[in-house]
Amino acid sequence: MAEPARADEPLLKTPLHGEHVALGARMVPFAGYDMPVQYPTGILTEHNWTREHAGLFDVSHMGQAFLVAEDKSHETVAKAFEALIPADVLNLKPNQQRYSQLLADDGGILDDLMVTRVGAPGHEGWLYLVVNASMKDADYAHIQARLPAGVTLNRKDNLALMALQGPSAAAVMAEKAPEAAELAFMMSADVQIDGIWCHISRSGYTGEDGYEISCHDKDSAALWRSLLAHPEVKPIGLGARDSLRLEAGLCLYGHDIDTTTSPIEAGLIWSIQKRRREEGGFPGAERVQREIKDGAGRVRVGLKPEGRAPAREGSVIVTPDGREVGVVTSGGFGPTVNGPVAMGYVARDVSAIGTDVHLMVRGKPIPAKIAAMPFAPHRYKR
Amino acid sequence: MTTRYTKDHEYIRIEGDAGIVGITDYAQAQLGDVVFVELPSIGKTVNKGDEAAVVESVKAASEIYAPVSGEVVEVNSDLEASPGAVNEDPAGRGWFLKIRVTNPSEIEGLLTEEQYQEFVKSL
Repeated sequence: MAEPARADEPLLKTPLHGEHVALGARMVPFAGYDMPVQYPTGILTEHNWTREHAGLFDVSHMGQAFLVAEDKSHETVAKAFEALIPADVLNLKPNQQRYSQLLADDGGILDDLMVTRVGAPGHEGWLYLVVNASMKDADYAHIQARLPAGVTLNRKDNLALMALQGPSAAAVMAEKAPEAAELAFMMSADVQIDGIWCHISRSGYTGEDGYEISCHDKDSAALWRSLLAHPEVKPIGLGARDSLRLEAGLCLYGHDIDTTTSPIEAGLIWSIQKRRREEGGFPGAERVQREIKDGAGRVRVGLKPEGRAPAREGSVIVTPDGREVGVVTSGGFGPTVNGPVAMGYVARDVSAIGTDVHLMVRGKPIPAKIAAMPFAPHRYKR
Repeated sequence: MTTRYTKDHEYIRIEGDAGIVGITDYAQAQLGDVVFVELPSIGKTVNKGDEAAVVESVKAASEIYAPVSGEVVEVNSDLEASPGAVNEDPAGRGWFLKIRVTNPSEIEGLLTEEQYQEFVKSL
């Protein structure tokens, strides 16, 4: 059995690191942090628990920051950020959140992120950003370098972030903060839980209903313990986070999307609102608009291998007659599907759902079909 | 009945001129939930240290190396339907394959139970 590689550089710790160790988590290096990949019950149990009850995830390694307009105008900060991302920020309602991407000038994806128009009183002209852990330094430098005068970026390294995901999440949160139950998908609110200030949003990365919960790092252990004390809630590591998001058909930056992929190739056109598609005015708009009009040459698709063997990232995708047409970007075993699932990029002419392809696994072709995503139905609170 | 071990966490339980190969309890715990096992075809000849099987957990694929040289004479086809047996009973129902040992002296070079337990403690 081959030993996994170990990184030598010193690892950062989230404010919940001690909680994970005390719970008996197996810690692994991830994006420069020492993170729990699984707790003693294991990935399958954690995955299924999240689909059936509620899972609690520490995602404090992700980057949280604010963009602030000195003139306290939403229009000012929205226009500044719209110059970097293709989402409609201008028409966000207070407390509304959107998924978007920081785009390079050639339309490649520098990172994906969540942007929220802050709704708390006295915060007009504020946007709240959540970016990927591995990209946060690069993202902040990129944003900083392109901001106009009068708009500043404040990175908030003293905030923790956790996610509570699963069909029981709403009932659990309702016991802690009644207003959480009524929150619509992709809307946020400031609430108190056990006297702790929290910014919560109805969102997540599992395909389930749930919340992401930001709080001050000094309060995070108390909040973590309070949520875990509920019998419906168990801690979930990065292993199940990955299998849950894969079944939900959600992209992982650096794997399914990166600087070589455009949002249209990645099937993220839904995250570019109509006004932005028409007006452009974001980096790479020319490519994005051309791909919307003419279609992209390759597209991200779901892949359902026949049999039980998982096809992992890097598996080459070929047609049954052996023509190479793409590559798997994420793949593994889907516990809810109870079988292997994958996603990857293929040439447009073989991207129709139901098309037969072969995935090359250890030199052998595994028959697979192009499949609709998500593999496990989304159960968001609409 | 003798069981010997490798530093890659395979075991081989000698039964006459053949040996049953699997992974140790330590290995299954490190791997996590096993979801698929790729077994070799019967009749395949392997040299000591060759890839003999592949075990897939939710997270990753890992190679299983032949602890000794020989011919694969039997495989545990029950693992197709229940790969979780590798986690539940690695020394029993979770076995992978049976090798007819061509060079018995190779067995002597493997770790004894005691030596393997010492090795695991040192990790």
